[in-house]
Amino acid sequence: MNEQAEYIVRMQAISKAFPGVQALDSVDFEVSPGEVVALIGENGAGKSTLMKILCGAYRKDCGRIFLDGKETEIESPQHAQWLKISTIYQEFNLTPNQSAAANIFLSREPRQRGIGRFLNLVDRHRMEQEAQQHLERVGARVPSTALIRDLSVAEQQMVEVAKALSVDARIVIMDEPTSALGEDEVETLFDIIHALKVQGIAVIFITHRMEEIFRIADRVVVLRDGRRVGDLPTAEATPEELIRMMVGRELVADIFHKDEAKIGEPLFEVRNLTGPDVVQDVSFTLRRGEILGFAGLVGAGRTEAARLLFGAERKESGKILIEGRPVRIDSPEDAVKVGLSLVPEDRSNQGLILGLPVQENIVLPTLGEHARAGWINRQALRTTSQEYVDRLNIRTPHLSQKAMYLSGGNQQKVVVAKWLASKPKVLILDEPTRGIDVGTKAEVHALMSQLAQTGIGIIMISSELPEILGMSDRILVMSEGRVATILSREEATQEVIMTYASGETDNNLVGQTPKGVHP
Amino acid sequence: MSRVNAAKVEGRARGSAWRQVIARQEVGVVLILAAMVVFLSVYTDTFLTSTNLFNITRAFSWIAISAFGQCMVIITGGVDLSVGSVMGLSGLASAMWLVRGVPVPLAVAGGLAVGLIVGMANGLMITKGKLPPFIATLGTLWMARGICNGVTGGWPVRDLPQSFRALGQHDIPIGNVGVPLPLIFMLILAVITSLFLSRTTWGYRIYAVGGNEEATRLSGINTDRVKIMVYSICGFLTAIGGVLMTARLGVAAPTAATAYELDVIAAAVVGGTSFSGGEGTILGVLVGAAIMQVLRTGLVLTGVSAYWLQAVQGLVIVIAIMADQLRKRRR
Repeated sequence: MNEQAEYIVRMQAISKAFPGVQALDSVDFEVSPGEVVALIGENGAGKSTLMKILCGAYRKDCGRIFLDGKETEIESPQHAQWLKISTIYQEFNLTPNQSAAANIFLSREPRQRGIGRFLNLVDRHRMEQEAQQHLERVGARVPSTALIRDLSVAEQQMVEVAKALSVDARIVIMDEPTSALGEDEVETLFDIIHALKVQGIAVIFITHRMEEIFRIADRVVVLRDGRRVGDLPTAEATPEELIRMMVGRELVADIFHKDEAKIGEPLFEVRNLTGPDVVQDVSFTLRRGEILGFAGLVGAGRTEAARLLFGAERKESGKILIEGRPVRIDSPEDAVKVGLSLVPEDRSNQGLILGLPVQENIVLPTLGEHARAGWINRQALRTTSQEYVDRLNIRTPHLSQKAMYLSGGNQQKVVVAKWLASKPKVLILDEPTRGIDVGTKAEVHALMSQLAQTGIGIIMISSELPEILGMSDRILVMSEGRVATILSREEATQEVIMTYASGETDNNLVGQTPKGVHP
Repeated sequence: MSRVNAAKVEGRARGSAWRQVIARQEVGVVLILAAMVVFLSVYTDTFLTSTNLFNITRAFSWIAISAFGQCMVIITGGVDLSVGSVMGLSGLASAMWLVRGVPVPLAVAGGLAVGLIVGMANGLMITKGKLPPFIATLGTLWMARGICNGVTGGWPVRDLPQSFRALGQHDIPIGNVGVPLPLIFMLILAVITSLFLSRTTWGYRIYAVGGNEEATRLSGINTDRVKIMVYSICGFLTAIGGVLMTARLGVAAPTAATAYELDVIAAAVVGGTSFSGGEGTILGVLVGAAIMQVLRTGLVLTGVSAYWLQAVQGLVIVIAIMADQLRKRRR
């Protein structure tokens, strides 16, 4: 009994099944006040499911939950909030057309005094002021009156954090809170976590980033296939050991597997690309068989540049040459025709049609090739999609499984598969391994390397420096919408990249900006 | 080696075929329709006569034909509110050309062109003009009806030639029963549109647009073109319905088919077409349209007051959609 009371939360033998999957199989999990626990595991290991049970979003099939030693049935997210359990989700839960203040106080807006109280009139002034305090507390430089849709992704994430902390939570669950944040915001977030710790608040932190675990967590709990396979103090853990626990085998060897590819003639040349807002005067040349890494801070314009190249956004000016020939790209349709492909950053909203089967997703860009006069050859569709499912080792029970039921890593492979099927000349990958487990990550890297060997030119945008350094032949660093520098594999180190990315080398920049053809 | 793979793939497809049949969304509505037919056949002695059955099918064929188009529009995540007015306008256009001595084939083609043009205008307003489908088609609903009233001054167009009326009134003898021509048109169009949706690249793209427009666009598909096409097809099919309806009635009133958009949308939705996009089949719509008509006739035959008809229809729509939601949640 006494032992139980030490923990602020104790989950005991929690099980949960979804159709076809045992997501959690008798998992124990506990946190003490003032403790930061990192919850790690591959995609589909059950981390999010376990936390969704704790925050009331899912109901457990069996098992018991003790809060402060008292058995409690968490019935709904509202109930969890009332129990002072607060969650920062991986996907945003903000209403885009309302202000930051309205979001922070959603469903508990301060009411006016006097008669207004009875009419449920919102005291906007007070709400905005208090929201501002919550925002400042988490170090977000955002006016509380700003509309969510006008904020950057990182700013939205900070609003989410402010919202979660505004309820005086005793337990804060953070589901990959750093995946959308830049370096600065991550620092701020870690400061906040330290502050929470001191106040005796328990923090559960889901992450894929090893370095974060060792910086912030007191203890690490590892899940694999719905079971708890590890629970140890961070001080006693090594990254290799954690990875081995997560994947259940000695893999690690080579997460960044890169074979030497023969780098050929210029394949894709971009001259003075300028977009409507961020991107300014970007020029570079990608060669056959080359992997060109795009590094930079969040908001430096890397994704925007990729979207401009692909015709997803209208460019203001700039020339593009493929195999030495100028091409006109005004829409993704044009881009695909000349051999470009883009694996977008936002997998579920831009990469996949979640409600359609794996097969339809894979063949979408190449429908025309599987049809005669518009009439589809269904046998050919099946053969092609089966070929890529096998080749990329996509784990799906059958081709007609809807994409929404696959794990994140397998979803990403479907997006890659659909572009490989289109036999592209240039493959643009925007954060190809974000939110993907280590095993799949290694597979994606090996695949990139293999594709480069076949003569495809690859542009890889990544916010993970080890990935950039491990996979790129050359590294283009962007800063505030411009090309800060292009480094060779030998020149590049984390420090050099960060220096250029943070724009601290403005003076050196002049000599390195490619000369434009401006009059 | 490729043959081995192909055989493996084939085997997998066949193995799940039966499960696919059961999981098909149409199963539910087919069962509902079957239950209604059985009940009415037992309960009344007039329902199961060929005259009554063909009256039913004749009455819902133009609704169903228009609903095939509506189904495609709803699959892309849109809606076409203008179909009632377009049905009226296209029938009226044919009728006005006919009474001015234009030959039947040309007058019919003209009526269909009117529907096609209105549909295309809807598509252009929605894609190039960036109007929400609800607003754009609400506009054309009023405009098309207004044109009907304007050009006729409110008077119906009568005295349509017999060769035109035959399109809606003639029965084709098959065996020893006469099958109404509109029913035959409807069935042919059902087969064509169903194959179009399920077996052509365009059909695949329609589902893709409805499932996730941005991801489809980023797959190199011109989503604007898909949407313009879908609204054009809807306008065209609706015009076919309008012409058949006018031929059947033998007169083109400027108020004809008023509020039919609601019947058309109801048929699509009861048939399992999802308003969140990406889901729906022609077979479902066909059954949905049949359910609505059997319900209407059945209620009359069982002596329910005509004044209560709409209330029951509304109830059926809501129940059908709730059942569909439950079915989806279960999976």
